Amino acid sequence: MNREATLSVDPTTVERLMPLLRFADRARRALQYPALGIAGLFALWYWGGWAIANNEDTMAFASFAPGPTLAAFWDLVVSGNVWKPIESSLYRVGWGLAYAIAIGVPLGVMIGYFLTLKQVTHVPFQFLRMISPLAWMPIAVLAFATWDAAIIFLIAIAAVWPITYATAHGVQRIDPMWLKVGNNLGANPYHTLRYIVMPAIAQDVFAGIRLAVGVAWIVLVPAEYLGVTSGLGYAINDARDTLEYDKLAAFVLVIGIIGYMLDAICVRLIKRSSYHAEG
Amino acid sequence: MGAAISIDYITHHYPGQEAPTLKDIQVNIAPGETVALIGQSGCGKSTLLHMLAGLLMPSDGCVRINGHQVIKPSPRWNMMFQKPSLYPWMTVRKNASLGLIFQGRKRDMRERIDQLLETVGLTDKAEVNVQSLSGGQQQRVALARSLATDPELLLLDEPFSALDAFTRVALQDEVTRLARERGISVVFVTHDIEEAVAMADRVLVMGSNPGTITAELSIEIDHPRDRNSQAFVDRKAELMGYFGATRSPAAAPEAAGSETASPETEDEGQATEPTTSESRARVRAA
Repeated sequence: MNREATLSVDPTTVERLMPLLRFADRARRALQYPALGIAGLFALWYWGGWAIANNEDTMAFASFAPGPTLAAFWDLVVSGNVWKPIESSLYRVGWGLAYAIAIGVPLGVMIGYFLTLKQVTHVPFQFLRMISPLAWMPIAVLAFATWDAAIIFLIAIAAVWPITYATAHGVQRIDPMWLKVGNNLGANPYHTLRYIVMPAIAQDVFAGIRLAVGVAWIVLVPAEYLGVTSGLGYAINDARDTLEYDKLAAFVLVIGIIGYMLDAICVRLIKRSSYHAEG
Repeated sequence: MGAAISIDYITHHYPGQEAPTLKDIQVNIAPGETVALIGQSGCGKSTLLHMLAGLLMPSDGCVRINGHQVIKPSPRWNMMFQKPSLYPWMTVRKNASLGLIFQGRKRDMRERIDQLLETVGLTDKAEVNVQSLSGGQQQRVALARSLATDPELLLLDEPFSALDAFTRVALQDEVTRLARERGISVVFVTHDIEEAVAMADRVLVMGSNPGTITAELSIEIDHPRDRNSQAFVDRKAELMGYFGATRSPAAAPEAAGSETASPETEDEGQATEPTTSESRARVRAA
């Protein structure tokens, strides 16, 4: 766009305003499409609410619409009732992910490094991976003393696969010359791991963790439907039992927002762990 | 002090290959000597170099450095490859320091690396990520990395072949100077006849199927070597003569034509031509 041509101000003013204009332009470019997407989602939601409210069979659920939901959301935030379930849920997801990382990364390194191990584990791991973590629920409840532990187990078992396989993929992509040069410089296995393998695969590991966070956050809510009396999943179930649909929808909103934030953190970590030169 | 190397009757079979890749290789290298291994692709010269580095064990025979049999890699004999293979997540300094870090020699590391980077002309790039360097600069970092651990022996596997002509010549002279200053023994593999004459005290010509040393040529020209001097040009011509003599008669005229046109491509042209082991044996005998 040619601003000088459209603005009939003297050139020095334009020059002084240019940085500001450029900033505004960049902000507009960065935000216009996300804003469009958010607006689209709200429009859909609004239309859905309107459709529910205008149908005799579904009228009872009218408070799913944006208006009541946002009001309930505001209440939750102002009263502080939103924090307790978030805290419980993040605690479980955090521990589940911690176990998944502690198991998945070393496992992935070994699978990526030893071809035999990859071949041996392929069938059993793909088999286990395809079983919904929630299918383990009855066993988990029997095996663990507390509900918390059972839920953490379910999250860990769901999150461990993406981490394992992303790590293995990263190890397989390591330039063999890097290992040869390290070997040639007298690296012992610890050195190789610490200075060569880990930095080389960091980005892949975080990419795996990002996928795992997504899976874990999805598994969390249904896992919290059972047994426990805290967390976002419980809060949703509780709101349904007390017919507070606006509150239920508000918690759905909370789940989405926190999930988005967790993902954004992972994206940041992936970027930071990348060794590729920028630009 | 440079290492004395003795290569004792090495024969090597790669699994699944009928003919041995190397057969009865017997070479002695004096401390501080620079030796070039030159030959067509697939003659096993790179295999031999990997054995010197301890990265590969021969099926028969052994390599001794200062009387000790080489059984594994050591920072005392260091290999440089065709690609610099620097670690892209590290700065120039960190890359150059790695050998010292692996050896646990962290005392005075900073000063040592500063000195080395000055030697290779990269002082101002010390804290820069290696990805921003040119190919020649990267190979200089690899050189600093190799020299950091005070090796007695430097092994070079066509380390300059991926560089442009100016950088290549500069690095050839630089490595030769540094190795002579420090009394380091050097064994390098090359396709490039001029490189061999520019750097080596002695050139070993290798033939293939099986890989043997077919000719030997000492180059007694004072350093620094003037590439336009008569002695240099004569040595180059003589060395090319060894390659001419290893050709089968039928292929000779065509190949001779391409040789005069561009000596650099001579090797590639020859690699596909049939050669007989008899003619090579003659050269060794002579």
